[in-house]
Amino acid sequence: MSSVAEPARPRHAGLAALGRVLAEPMGLFGLALVVLVIVSAVFADQLAAYNPTRMMPRDRFADPGWTHLMGTDHLGRDLFARVLHGGRIALWVALVATSISLALGAVLGLIAGYGPRWLDNLLILIFDAVKSFPTVMLALTLVTLFGPSLTAVMVVVVLVATPSYARVIRTQTMALKTSEFILAARAMGAGMGRILRVHVLPNVIGPVLILASMDIPVVIAIEAGMSFLGLGVRPPTPSWGAILNDGFTNIRETPWIAVAGGLPVILTTLGFTFLGETLRDVFDPRLRREG
Amino acid sequence: MLGYAVRRLGLGVAIVTTAMAILFIMIFLVPGDPASVALGPRATPEMVEALRVRMGLDRPVWEQFWNFYASAVRGDLGTEALSGRPVADVVLEQLPYTLALIVSGISWAVALGIPLGALAAVQRGSLADRIVGVLSVAVIAVPSFVVAIYALLIFAVWLRWLPAIGAGEPGDFADQLTHLLLPSLAVGLGWVGYIARMVRASMLEALQASHIRTARAFGLPERLITYSYALRIAILPTLTLLGIGVGHMLSSAVFAEIVFARPGIGKLVYDAIIVRNYPVVTGAVLVTTVFFVMVNVAADILVGALDPRVRSELGR
Repeated sequence: MSSVAEPARPRHAGLAALGRVLAEPMGLFGLALVVLVIVSAVFADQLAAYNPTRMMPRDRFADPGWTHLMGTDHLGRDLFARVLHGGRIALWVALVATSISLALGAVLGLIAGYGPRWLDNLLILIFDAVKSFPTVMLALTLVTLFGPSLTAVMVVVVLVATPSYARVIRTQTMALKTSEFILAARAMGAGMGRILRVHVLPNVIGPVLILASMDIPVVIAIEAGMSFLGLGVRPPTPSWGAILNDGFTNIRETPWIAVAGGLPVILTTLGFTFLGETLRDVFDPRLRREG
Repeated sequence: MLGYAVRRLGLGVAIVTTAMAILFIMIFLVPGDPASVALGPRATPEMVEALRVRMGLDRPVWEQFWNFYASAVRGDLGTEALSGRPVADVVLEQLPYTLALIVSGISWAVALGIPLGALAAVQRGSLADRIVGVLSVAVIAVPSFVVAIYALLIFAVWLRWLPAIGAGEPGDFADQLTHLLLPSLAVGLGWVGYIARMVRASMLEALQASHIRTARAFGLPERLITYSYALRIAILPTLTLLGIGVGHMLSSAVFAEIVFARPGIGKLVYDAIIVRNYPVVTGAVLVTTVFFVMVNVAADILVGALDPRVRSELGR
């Protein structure tokens, strides 16, 4: 029996995981959409024939066609160029805000999980309180108080996302706290900072990374939603939400503007969600129940 | 059971208090003096000073927070600068419109989501299961405000089947109902997916339970087992999910109100922001947050009453 040659194992675990993602139709579809969105955002300058903020007054409200693939808006700006460049804003916010939330969530989660009981209780209370603000109301308040900006969008995302990441990290840190290798490190005189950084963090970060990747569509929705309400990115910066807002204002006369703004939001959120779902199933089926 | 309810309620009060502290800190951090902002650029220094004293801004921070907290508990959220009406009245006046929208959204989502989830669980691995699975993920992914705009575009602008704006003539129930359809579609659509997934997952678990096996061994009809015994347990987690989801639904409702120009909390706050009407914004945030926490407490207590296993969890 044992003489049968073992199937060749991929050299790298990541490649094996990629193979499993590609084997799922949903994962393949999601990955294709995500690649499409990233490529079109990165190469926006090369792919679009126009500058996204250039106004061409003679071409105002042009129908979609060969000159302007998605038509133009009320200022005669090429919508295809704006959609591609809007992808940059969306992905940028997703990347930066998610990274900050992850870092902050990791620090707070480690403190809550490893620190004294009273601090844990206090942090959990604060997390629950922050999460109890409905997202849109939180966004509206922050913008009323501090004015609309890309920073405001990022602050909203960080406030919404950090508590969830911190909670997951906390729970896992608590489980590790009394494990033998941590006790051994403590017995050898390692300080708290070193224990958390070297021994705990690498063991607890995995599931949160998957959670964060699944939150990308939510972040993109927050950015688009706030920009749609005129509370996010300032004009003339192209953002999908801002395009939707322009389209909404003129929805009866020129419906293609709203279609052009909504389509990338739909495709991107679908792509990241399908990919995230598949990744989670491949890497950590235990997270499935938290859906 | 009573102990659990009291503990859960206490936690709710602590969360609301902390949330109010956070809100207070945010207001406190605002650059510029609220009194001069409220009065506008043409106010004299004396007028600003008088308003500062009336708003209690000359007091120490702790006293300001205590006043903020104590008056909010009494139901006093301040007065609107322009009309002089109590903010609480202004906000509570709009709340029923938003609640009607949320309730209608949840209702159709539950009515469709539970059967879909149950169907997917019973026919696990079938084509129907896969279709329900993919569709659930898809409707969860797409933001509700995009659904709202596209719904407006398709059903009101292109097909002209349904009205686009407003809440309908007061007193004309049919008219109000047709005005509710599109916003309610936008608020509920994602929830069909959430609920279907949740019911499917908990139904699969429930079908493994020992009392279901016993029921099978006794030869009870399969339909009775699935749709009465298993589904009854499987619906419980959905209650918790709906409790947590009220915040999301509030957010969707805010967008739906703005897109369809319906009266409600969202429209109120959105209009207040444009004229920088602070008290209305913070008042509305407070009311919706308290509402969210209360719904969660109620959902947890309800689930605790229906499922004894849950009650012990809070004593962690």
